[in-house]
Amino acid sequence: MSRAPAGSAVAASAPSRPAVVVTDLTRAYGPRVVIDGLNLVIERGEFVALLGESGCGKTTLLRALAGLDPVDHGRIDAPGEAAVVFQEHRLLPWDSLWRNVALGLPDQGARERAAAALSQVGLGHRLDDWPRNLSGGQAQRVALARALVQEPELLLLDEPFAALDALTRIRMHGLVKELVARHRPGVLLVTHDVDEAISLADRVLVMRAGIIAAEHRLDGSGDRAALRLRLLAELGVHAESEPA
Amino acid sequence: MTTLDPLASLSLPGAGVPPRRVLPKAVSPSPSRHTAGSGLGPYRLFVVSWLAPVALVVVWEVLARAGWISPQVLPAPSKVLTTAWKLTLNGSLLLDLGTSLLRAAVGFAIGGGIGFALGTLVGFSRLAEAAIDRSVQMIRAIPFLALLPLVIVWFGVGESQKIFLVALGVAFPIYINTVLGIRQVDPKLVELGRVRNLGPIQLIRRIILPGALPSILTGVRYALATAWLALVVAETIGAQSGLGFLAMDAREFLRTDVIVLAIVLYALIGIAADSIARHLERSLLAWHPNYGDRR
Repeated sequence: MSRAPAGSAVAASAPSRPAVVVTDLTRAYGPRVVIDGLNLVIERGEFVALLGESGCGKTTLLRALAGLDPVDHGRIDAPGEAAVVFQEHRLLPWDSLWRNVALGLPDQGARERAAAALSQVGLGHRLDDWPRNLSGGQAQRVALARALVQEPELLLLDEPFAALDALTRIRMHGLVKELVARHRPGVLLVTHDVDEAISLADRVLVMRAGIIAAEHRLDGSGDRAALRLRLLAELGVHAESEPA
Repeated sequence: MTTLDPLASLSLPGAGVPPRRVLPKAVSPSPSRHTAGSGLGPYRLFVVSWLAPVALVVVWEVLARAGWISPQVLPAPSKVLTTAWKLTLNGSLLLDLGTSLLRAAVGFAIGGGIGFALGTLVGFSRLAEAAIDRSVQMIRAIPFLALLPLVIVWFGVGESQKIFLVALGVAFPIYINTVLGIRQVDPKLVELGRVRNLGPIQLIRRIILPGALPSILTGVRYALATAWLALVVAETIGAQSGLGFLAMDAREFLRTDVIVLAIVLYALIGIAADSIARHLERSLLAWHPNYGDRR
């Protein structure tokens, strides 16, 4: 990073503290239990992907971690700041790009910090442009800059690439990898895409019936094709019959 | 101006503009776009659009001068202009105009302020909605001009009666559109504000009011029209000054030139108010795809 804010160096010097610790989390909508005594630890600098069928509770978990939903039972300890990138970019259409990125920052030096974050996602030349002039991929890059400008210890990604076309998605994967390596927050990526999970994450979780049903570490040595088939099977897709 | 546009040389071959280099596009204040399919440049279309109104005034002038229209029915346009000039010179026209504008402005400020305050309250709080909204909607069901006899009993025919009527007409459109605007703010953006830990004041300032602004400005445009209507009625009923007084006073002496002048002035001010409102929309909503200047 060319203009490193003071905060990143301080945070990096304390790697022992996990980004988030979830203990026995339970969340129910009426009689329907969506999260059922879930435990999860994400270290700083660790990239965790969360897979699961629709309605398995993975978005509910992310919303609870973001502090958007109340916790019925259990604990969430996220000592640092948490930032969220949603499936939709959620840019404020009435604010310029830099003001969008600076939303919620103290006024002092906000524009400089926003400019630095925007140049990290390749949009440093469009600080004063309106969101309506952006493509879907560019808007999502601004949303990513807006999340990272907070220097979060926990970065929550709620299917942020799902609405993008295939090529833009691949470019975004590269960008996210690079930025996460630079800022080293703990990352929880909620996705439907097994290949996305394998290509980005250090650890892939499969959520089923409100708990973490399976967990796989990617240390680089394992067989990715085999892992892909296993993950698909754990998600209820039996791909053996498909042509390779 | 148009010489930067490659189409310009095609569609305006005989415009007689010598080929020259025109550097900054910012020099031309108006967008110089060509309307597709018309075969005419924007300048010629503009001229065409004014042909009919100008012809109408000319025909009116000719008929009035020839005596086909009695001056007591409709005076010639030139007569109206002369009267306007005379009344301007002796100062009475500006005084009446100023009086009317002041009434409109004060009534608009009071009514708009009340409408906006109540609308904001109801927009944010379901409790306030339960407490206030039904009463407001019931009063709104009354055509506000129907209250005129009652308003005269309350206030007489002084300034307060006129300002009250204008304020009454203004308050409802502002109220309704403020409530609507606040309710229509995308809840996903409000959620974003919560994720960013915005306090309530920041949330209102950065997300809710800007999101409600298009609707509020629509309310302002409606309110300007109602304000003007209310003023015409209030001044016509009883006044010792103002445009309405000018017209009613002239009626006593069959001075149709003064009456027509007052009517034309009402129209002009209405147009001016609307264009101010539209200018506000364009500048405040530059971000909005439906309002802002296209790049």
